[in-house]
Amino acid sequence: MNRFLWLALIALGLAAPFVVYPVFMMKLLCFALFAMAFNLLLGYTGLLSFGHAAFFGGASYVTGYLVKTSGLTPELGVLGGTLFAALLGYLVGSLAIRRQGIYFAMVTLALAQIVYFVALKATFTGGEDGLQGIPRGLLFGLIDLNRHYTVGGGPLGLNLYYFIFVLFCLGFWIIHRTIHSPFGQVLKAIRENEPRAISLGYKVERFKLMAFVLSSALAGMAGSMKSLVFQLASLTDVSWHTSGEVVLMTLLGGVGTVLGPLAGAFTVVTLQSKLSSVGPWITVIIGGIFVICVLVFRRGFVGELGRLLRRPL
Amino acid sequence: MTDPILETRNLSKEFKGFSAVSDLNLRVERGHIHALIGPNGAGKTTVFNLLTKFLTPTTGTILFNGIDITREQPADIALRGVIRSFQISAVFPGLSPLENVRLALQRATRTSYQFWKSERCLDRLEDRAMELLESVGLGELSGGISGELAYGRKRALELATTLALEPELMLLDEPTQGMGAEDVDRIAALVKKAAAGRTILMVEHNLKVVETLADRITVLQRGAILAEGSYAAVSQDPRVLEAYMGGAHA
Ligand SMILES: Nc1ncnc2c1ncn2[C@@H]1O[C@H](COP(=O)(O)OP(=O)(O)O)[C@@H](O)[C@H]1O
Ligand SMILES: [Mg+2]
Repeated sequence: MNRFLWLALIALGLAAPFVVYPVFMMKLLCFALFAMAFNLLLGYTGLLSFGHAAFFGGASYVTGYLVKTSGLTPELGVLGGTLFAALLGYLVGSLAIRRQGIYFAMVTLALAQIVYFVALKATFTGGEDGLQGIPRGLLFGLIDLNRHYTVGGGPLGLNLYYFIFVLFCLGFWIIHRTIHSPFGQVLKAIRENEPRAISLGYKVERFKLMAFVLSSALAGMAGSMKSLVFQLASLTDVSWHTSGEVVLMTLLGGVGTVLGPLAGAFTVVTLQSKLSSVGPWITVIIGGIFVICVLVFRRGFVGELGRLLRRPL
Repeated sequence: MTDPILETRNLSKEFKGFSAVSDLNLRVERGHIHALIGPNGAGKTTVFNLLTKFLTPTTGTILFNGIDITREQPADIALRGVIRSFQISAVFPGLSPLENVRLALQRATRTSYQFWKSERCLDRLEDRAMELLESVGLGELSGGISGELAYGRKRALELATTLALEPELMLLDEPTQGMGAEDVDRIAALVKKAAAGRTILMVEHNLKVVETLADRITVLQRGAILAEGSYAAVSQDPRVLEAYMGGAHA
């Protein structure tokens, strides 16, 4: 992708809180990173995980706990959540990657349900209430993430926003780097023709496991960010709805494209906030939109656009 | 005075009671082009799958350079220098021919797990990749999409990718299947060239190719060896004439 597009996106991200409601923007960044992490697995390795909420939600609990109960600074909280998700990813991945296709998806779903059950029953997770009132704290012990600046119309929480934005860029960069690395080449080979990759001497299970760990760690980072933004870690974060939502975002935007998950997350998060007044019908409406989009844009928005322009996006 | 690179002892494979390969004792001499022929369903592809452990033998042993490899994983067997091709052409369709060959070259580097490095560090493999592509007549097409190549060219790409690994033993499953006469001659010449300094075991239906290339031939029928020897010997064998070549070759 060309440099100009990158710079435009970064500029957009930097200017966004002055134009759009920052909490909305931050929610978008969290879910976009989550979807991009998921896409690393589905789009670039060909593995469909149906349990990614376990990493997203699990990390959000761990960060919440570390910051609230242990009093760690937010960046260490995020680091802790991310490492936890990587470890959990290693466990789940080790059990799941021996299975193919739908069985792989079912194993990930089953293991994610165990995580949900633990979150529901354990005491440190707050059960049905979740972890509420997670403090944002002082970044590196210095910068107050709660600080608001008066700009134009009203107070803006810019410190928190830019912290989240930097984390998002870091995650994006890691994913982009992974896709365009020697390791990423092997992942593509596995996606394209697994027996051939094996016959060339690649131990595909190791590559798949490593991709799984990377993907879950980054999904965890997104969850950690979310718990600081909303000051909340809840059962919704670890539920299978969330696992389904990330599949939806990725498919809507375009599997195996760099910008697809970003566009998909944008669509879903926007619809959710615009339609939040409709109540429970929102699920049906989003479901309907999803069905139409899948029928009309089979490769997702970005996938179809890339095809029109005849270049990968 | 024999030096077998590959040997199987009583190798058998059953699929739910159906015996696809039974008690096979195959010996491949180092440096030979060894052809495995036989009617459709004789078990030739199954033998390849067993040798490379894409299938697990029901019973029997496989020795490569005298080492028992029966229990190894497919990727480990590849790392020992036994590289196979597939009957249905096996390229990475969404990648370019250059990337296909580069992936084979990449395996020998230590970069494959490095997700933090730019793929530019693979650029240094490109000269060798181009050389290999040119040797199979794909130099001009190196940047296209492999899945869009014509059938014969896909097979040529597969051969270039396999050769990139410098295999000690190359297993080719019907490399000329479904090709026009011109492509067949080109692939046959390539196989001949590739055979320098290595051993090739190939399944081949085209008897003209077998006659010109093979040092030794094993005829398989219903999973067992029917005849073995040079082309001259095998092609005169009455059992072979009856069972396989029959009217077609008479
Ligand atoms: N995975 C499998 N499951 C069941 N039967 C198989 C399998 N693979 C091959 N066979 C059977 O084994 C026999 C030999 O097949 P194959 O090795 O492909 O023959 P060839 O390559 O000589 O044409 C055939 O009857 C085929 O149907
Ligand atoms: Mg066959």
